[in-house]
Amino acid sequence: MGRPPAKVEKKAEARKKKTVKGPEHKASVGWTHSERVRLVDETSPFYLEAGGSVAPVDVEYETYGKLNAARDNAIFIMHALSGDAHVAGWDAEAGKRGRKWRERKPGWWDDMIGPGQPLDTEKHFVICSNVLGSCYGTTGPMDIDPRTGRCYGLGFPLVTVGDWVRLQALLLDHLGIERLYAVIGGSLGGQQALEWALAFPDRVENTIVLASSARLSPQGLAFNAVARHAILSDPNFNNGDYYGLPAPAEGLAAARMLGHITYLSDEAMYRKFGRRLQGKSAPEFSFGIEFEVESYLSYQGKSFVERFDANAYLYITRAMDYYDAARSWGNGDLAVACSRVKSRTMVVSFSSDWLYPPKECEELALAVCRNGKPVTYVMVPSDYGHDAFLVETEALGDLIRNFLARGRSK
Amino acid sequence: MSEKDKNAKSAGPDRLTEILKLWASRYSQPIEHLSADRLVSLIEKFLSEKPGGKKKGRKAGRRWDHEVIKEIITPGARVLDLGCGSGELLERLIRLKGVRGQGIEIDPEKVYECVGRGVSVFQADLDQGLPGWPDNSFDFVILEETLQTVHEPVKVLSEMIRVGKRGIISFPNFGYWRVRLELGLGGKMPVIESLPYPWYQTPNIHLCSLEDFMAWAREARVEIIDSHVLSEGEVRPLREDDNLFAEEVLFVVQGNH
Repeated sequence: MGRPPAKVEKKAEARKKKTVKGPEHKASVGWTHSERVRLVDETSPFYLEAGGSVAPVDVEYETYGKLNAARDNAIFIMHALSGDAHVAGWDAEAGKRGRKWRERKPGWWDDMIGPGQPLDTEKHFVICSNVLGSCYGTTGPMDIDPRTGRCYGLGFPLVTVGDWVRLQALLLDHLGIERLYAVIGGSLGGQQALEWALAFPDRVENTIVLASSARLSPQGLAFNAVARHAILSDPNFNNGDYYGLPAPAEGLAAARMLGHITYLSDEAMYRKFGRRLQGKSAPEFSFGIEFEVESYLSYQGKSFVERFDANAYLYITRAMDYYDAARSWGNGDLAVACSRVKSRTMVVSFSSDWLYPPKECEELALAVCRNGKPVTYVMVPSDYGHDAFLVETEALGDLIRNFLARGRSK
Repeated sequence: MSEKDKNAKSAGPDRLTEILKLWASRYSQPIEHLSADRLVSLIEKFLSEKPGGKKKGRKAGRRWDHEVIKEIITPGARVLDLGCGSGELLERLIRLKGVRGQGIEIDPEKVYECVGRGVSVFQADLDQGLPGWPDNSFDFVILEETLQTVHEPVKVLSEMIRVGKRGIISFPNFGYWRVRLELGLGGKMPVIESLPYPWYQTPNIHLCSLEDFMAWAREARVEIIDSHVLSEGEVRPLREDDNLFAEEVLFVVQGNH
């Protein structure tokens, strides 16, 4: 193992340099306004896979482009662990709604969505909603529990990927869309896309799963366990009842730092930071921030606590842990589960991803294949690790554009 | 023809006949199909050609074996193309025969091209076999001009026969007379139309002759149920002397499931 050769490094650097599109850019969806809808009211609770229920349930979502007359051009994008419904464009209400971090940058997959972009808003109606239990406008532990009049905190029931997808289906009903042209997501979002293909096979025409598999590896479970441990053992955690009090920021920051390690790769770290010292030419021999990589992680941790809720992190990582498509739909046999799939399917992995390694993504694709269903499985060579699904927008953009261009199965 | 060449020809046949008889006694080659005169005329033809072989018999951009494969494949069949490249063949089969097509390809660039064509492609290394792919799950498995490029040709062939009801295999015949003369008389690695690469660039690492393949099929108890060849620009059924005259071959095989 060593530093990648200079040539590779240069190429990778060139790839990384992306121009951020302003709201006026012709390929940008421009200024965005999120919607919030009550999909479940107090009288008819939303029952959960793990038992328990929630009511009411509000869902925050964004849409770009226009739904056509046939109502068959909708693409549902699912976000990952720390994501939100703001997938593209510039939030027109960032300041007003206390989401200041959105003033500095566009939505989390802005390169992929817009007029003439791979997910082309001239042709498609793009939807993204925040998941249940998160902290970006959809009901979650930060919200008031009508039974107690206080924030849910850890009183919020455990949610699963299956619950999320059922709630997304309710949103579709609300929007009057029977069938999706495509479901697409990366990482935990990819598992939601897969769950769509399994739970609602008749409502999905194309499924695209990126950097994701049918279940998290034991290594992934281990990372999540450490992340939660950091939060749970923060002195401010107070059994999840910290709203209005100092938040368990150190625990959440540590969880995020660990997360960022798992999103990168050894090669990416060599390229990004090497062993360079942070703003100094000689070490200070202290426990302060000495290396660039430490500075990076510290920054990521700090900026995350400004925008994320520790309880939500617990709930979402747990949903990630529990997801097991084979168990849910195939009695433990993934091929049996995948016999439910009716859509065209594309699975994309990234060579240096160690959170959802190519081998496991391939296993998912193969399980679909085993049912005699056509599947496209692509491993994109990349040293960006798990983050590649957000970074390798050029290769991925072409794949998605081309896959969807031939997408009408009937 | 120069005076010297004419002498060579008149002196040649007797001596060559002797050599050929010796050869025949030593190898089980179907050398009897080739008279000494015929051999001499082939050598003459070889010498009169420009190095690098002739460019004839192929319509640009369309492979002869694609046409043959198109005829063999039944409409609506389940087809797996091993080493499908950029997916041209599968695209045609899907379009013209309504097959349910699936490709496997290792080269990422070609995989992208498949996606661009709307061909379902699975990025994988054939040398790893097809673990997880169920037995008999395809009506046809195609191995078009790929056999000679893999590290584990026998493994790939066995897997092909396992997952498919029928296999379609095409490859350049290393027993082709021009190949033999390029190497045997020219002393150089053959560069002809069916083997267009110089030695340092060729993806072909396991070349075999038609005879070699048939011997393997007998040993492996694989039944050859149909055979076609490209010979001197003509596509026709296999003949007895084709180890020498076929430039490329195509077999339809089935195992004893």
